[in-house]
Amino acid sequence: MSALAVQELVEAPFARALTALGRAREDVVVLSADLSKYTDVLPFADEFPDRFFQVGMAEANMMGIAGGLAKAGYLPIAVTYGVFATRRAYDQVAMALATGPSRAIVVAFLPGITTPFRATHQAIDDVALMRALPGMTVIDPADATEVDAALGFAVSEPGPVYIRGLRGRVARLFDPVGFRLEPRELQSGGTVGVVATGLATGWALEAAAAIDGGASVLHVPVLKPFPAAQVAAFCSRFDRVVSVENHSISGGLGSAVAETLAEGGMAVRLRRLGVPDQWAPAGSLDYIRHELGLDADGIAEALR
Amino acid sequence: MNGNAELRRRAHAIRRTVIEMCRGRGQGYAGQGLGLADLMAVLYFSELGEDDHFVLSTGHSSIAVFAALHERGDYELEELVTYGMDGSRIEESPLEGTPGFEITGGSLGQGLSQAVGLALGERLRGGGSRVYCLVSDGELQEGQVWEACMAAAHHRLDNLVLLVDNNRMQADGAVAEILEVEPVPERLTAFGFAARRIDANTLADVVDAFAWARGQRGRPTALVCDNIPGKGVPSFEERQRVHYVRAPDQDWAAALVELDETEVAW
Repeated sequence: MSALAVQELVEAPFARALTALGRAREDVVVLSADLSKYTDVLPFADEFPDRFFQVGMAEANMMGIAGGLAKAGYLPIAVTYGVFATRRAYDQVAMALATGPSRAIVVAFLPGITTPFRATHQAIDDVALMRALPGMTVIDPADATEVDAALGFAVSEPGPVYIRGLRGRVARLFDPVGFRLEPRELQSGGTVGVVATGLATGWALEAAAAIDGGASVLHVPVLKPFPAAQVAAFCSRFDRVVSVENHSISGGLGSAVAETLAEGGMAVRLRRLGVPDQWAPAGSLDYIRHELGLDADGIAEALR
Repeated sequence: MNGNAELRRRAHAIRRTVIEMCRGRGQGYAGQGLGLADLMAVLYFSELGEDDHFVLSTGHSSIAVFAALHERGDYELEELVTYGMDGSRIEESPLEGTPGFEITGGSLGQGLSQAVGLALGERLRGGGSRVYCLVSDGELQEGQVWEACMAAAHHRLDNLVLLVDNNRMQADGAVAEILEVEPVPERLTAFGFAARRIDANTLADVVDAFAWARGQRGRPTALVCDNIPGKGVPSFEERQRVHYVRAPDQDWAAALVELDETEVAW
């Protein structure tokens, strides 16, 4: 009874969105720290070589250079992997990009457990870190449509923005026509409410389809500013809510939902699903999901 | 040398302002402000064009910049004497957005990267603007500075001038004892800069060095600015702990007298 299915697989939606943005805005410049091949940046670099800056394997320096380009009047988009954008260059993102009034966009690939390399590459704490920065907007897209919409959303924001990137062939769940990046209830029913974000929204839908009576699923793409009113209204309909995210259960969506429920004085029991307080294992996405109880069966078990 | 007489007057005024600023609360980065006064005088009253950028990486040396900006008419002394006080925008280490401060310096090691970004951006725009970035010798211990040096040389940023405040002190003591950074010019040369050591307390040297930097093509330049913390106030120059000065009001009053005496002696 899921209202959503994969419509198609889109090849490199970020590359398309970035190149289109480059054509639309001459002030957009893009930076890579030796990962342009792996973050769908090459089409932009090929079309706009003057506006593409390869800085080598030096993410801290990249964030600083992005900050300088911002002060020179450009809109920099710094692209790397999530672990390097946050753990490696956290102070630089904070000082060079987020103390304002200038600003930049950071696009960070390999979100959560979408890489077989373990602690070195799995960005399980990036959302927590970025949420903690004053004024930072944080987006976790669920599909190709949201990858595209996130970039447009980021450009229209006044402050710095952190987007989790999805590379290669990305499923399209949402119709791009007239699409707005906002919370949406993807399906309604059952006695349990699910709040999900990013790729975990797809995981939640799989699980909801697997349980008797189904579940209601609220998808939240923008994690900061957190849409607390919509989340509270959704949660108020249930005795039990489960959050599902491709991230540590500390500091990300689950924490934001918990904060919302607690500050609203709401008597709703919350179960947070995501990467527990441990380093995730190595392996394929399916394997890691299974090991962490984030496959359809594991999430369904938590929903029952 | 009318030009240098004018710069000398500016440098002296900057020093006076530095002392006045510290006197307000009885403390501050007086050593840096006095040591950098000559460099600031040349920068702000000879070198910087309207479209050029000055990037202060060493945030706590803001006192020297505030004093120069006062001399240029951007800040009133009445406000500058609130240096470091609650609610004042004259911060000991200001953020981006404070008038005259293009970046958030102070989390040391980061400013040169932003200067590289500014230099790349200005070159892309094609206007001929130049970018000057002040880092301290102790700051060279931060690895990011060297990442930025590599990038500046790789991109052949001849519109970028790195100014190293070579005052040989850092928070815990003498740079040479904490973690030696010398030979700075040789190291910067190895990283692809046209680098030169100068006496940054001699105005003619500073003026010559900036002219030399303008003549360099195809690579960034660096001026390793040897200077004496507390320069101009002999009793401060002799202090062992001049990284941050706390002193009673009579010491600051005496410093002003010493300053004027030193100036006359010149």
